[in-house]
Amino acid sequence: MGSIANKNELKIIARELRLDILEATTKAESGHLSSSFSSVEILTALFFNGILRYRSDEPLWPERDRFIMSKGHAAPLLYAVLAKAGYFSRDELWRLRQAGSPVQGHPILGCMPGVEATTGSLGQGISLAIGHILGARLIKKDFSAYVLIGDGECQAGQIWESAMAAAHYQMQELIVILDYNKFQEMGPISREMGLEPLTEKWQSFGWYTQEVDGHDVQKISAALKTLQEVKEKPSILIAHTVKGKGISFVEKDFTWHGRAIKDPEQYEMAKKEILCG
Amino acid sequence: MRLGEHAGLKDSKPLRDIFGEALLDVVRDNPKVVVLDGDLGNSTKTELVRKAFPERSFNIGIAESNLVCIGAGMAGVGLIPWITSFSSFLLCNAYDQIRLSVAMSKINAKILGSHGGITLGKDGPTQMGIEDLALVGGFPTMVILVPCDPASMRAAVRAATDYEGPVWLRSSRYAMPEVYSQDLDFVIGKANTVREGNDLTIIANGLMVAAGLDAAAELADEGIEARVIDMHTLRPMDVEAIVSAAKETGAIVTAEEHLLHGGFGSNIARVVAENCPVPMRFVGLEDTYVESGDPDELLKKYHLTSGDIENMAREVLAEKRKAK
Ligand SMILES: Cc1ncc(C[n+]2csc(CCOP(=O)(O)OP(=O)(O)O)c2C)c(N)n1
Ligand SMILES: [Mg+2]
Repeated sequence: MGSIANKNELKIIARELRLDILEATTKAESGHLSSSFSSVEILTALFFNGILRYRSDEPLWPERDRFIMSKGHAAPLLYAVLAKAGYFSRDELWRLRQAGSPVQGHPILGCMPGVEATTGSLGQGISLAIGHILGARLIKKDFSAYVLIGDGECQAGQIWESAMAAAHYQMQELIVILDYNKFQEMGPISREMGLEPLTEKWQSFGWYTQEVDGHDVQKISAALKTLQEVKEKPSILIAHTVKGKGISFVEKDFTWHGRAIKDPEQYEMAKKEILCG
Repeated sequence: MRLGEHAGLKDSKPLRDIFGEALLDVVRDNPKVVVLDGDLGNSTKTELVRKAFPERSFNIGIAESNLVCIGAGMAGVGLIPWITSFSSFLLCNAYDQIRLSVAMSKINAKILGSHGGITLGKDGPTQMGIEDLALVGGFPTMVILVPCDPASMRAAVRAATDYEGPVWLRSSRYAMPEVYSQDLDFVIGKANTVREGNDLTIIANGLMVAAGLDAAAELADEGIEARVIDMHTLRPMDVEAIVSAAKETGAIVTAEEHLLHGGFGSNIARVVAENCPVPMRFVGLEDTYVESGDPDELLKKYHLTSGDIENMAREVLAEKRKAK
């Protein structure tokens, strides 16, 4: 169950998640470090500040809230969070992306406990969450679904198909969090394929929207609690983030997308910044 | 002559109507079954379920990617979703979604790919599924069922629902004649011999089973005894039935309402080549898109008739004799 930690503990959790992601991706010599770092505080709020209802010792607890990592390339973050939440041993993280390991490069349903969906082709997570909720309504279960999507991911048509459907079903049980780090793989979103006015787009699709500093765990948590109270509408938390947050040279250079830190000097520098950040 | 006439098969309703009735039966029997539609329930006949069980029917609209993933999500609470539309729209708009959220996830979802083949006729090639089974073949975890008549459609809907895992079911607008009596043995992965014979084997699926039986009746008049196999499951393939056919009859003709390229004939040929090479011929669609038209005219024009099977049978028999 998502226990409520104090402010300092939350900071430590976020720091440890970054260290684990760094180590796992460096060991794997690959993996989406910067995309993972940008969502660390979002998942810290969700899993470790009493928002998401889950039982790591009973991963398929029928009443659990669903968390679906739609931006599946942030798998290193998902695994680090699930390990910290007690779904499996932290040692599993060091088998990331290795042959014969269940810790697949992108999440696969059924490979690791706590993974709710197979993702890695962007755009599918909200639809899956809608299915869980429609099903829950039918079998009279009461849970919410949380979905993390990327901003580049919002270019996908299916995002808007699902946005339309969630509003149609007045899906108050659905909360999407948008990691708005302003970058996609090939560069700044505004240069590659602009999304603005983005908040207005979601509003015009019938969603309740709220914006937040995506690296402030307290503010994210408070915002999510507000969204839990929204009635007869799905809601989206647009979290303004920095891609690669916590490592200065990664923050400054979007070409780190999809790359791990392999250079030992850079690795030490990154570790120091995370520890002191 | 209508399909199945020479073989003495009884005429029936369009296969899609049978599907709708069969689906209604399983929805009635199993409270876990839900039906998802891509705004085609009147064509696929899931509208029968919608009328009787509106709360378990969901029209997701003209958004197949969303449709497939919503269905997959419903499996995540233990329901058994039947995700339904034309095969062309599902596979061409939501291949990625089926691949990740259904096949790779190995969830307990069923997909109806309606209007497979060319016999939807007049709506033309954009609606047809001439490549559907080749595409579904790309999902290694998925069972693929192609029923050939009313009884096997009913049995297939039930077997698919009872099976734990992803299943694809091909349906059709065409009225396929009754190959089976009501109480057939329908086991996933186990082909049915619908006519005994030892001179050659016709292995068919879908409406080509009736065409195969017509051809066998005609060949019998010439003193040739053809075995006819209904290979209703494309995956897993009944390797044993194929190998026995090769060994016992020494010649094989396959027949399918599908592109030959990537079709089931080529899969059968692989099994034959590996186990017991014998002369083979293939009835199916050459590399082309088929145009609008009356279904029976199209079947004739594109060489998917009992006559085409007979011609191939004579060729393959000549080759078999020469080899001896
Ligand atoms: C459908 C699809 N197309 C392309 C990709 C390759 N890809 C992986 S991550 C990525 C960029 C994603 O950008 P964004 O959603 O902004 O996520 P971020 O990494 O910035 O958090 C791309 C194009 C993919 N995974 N899925
Ligand atoms: Mg981004």
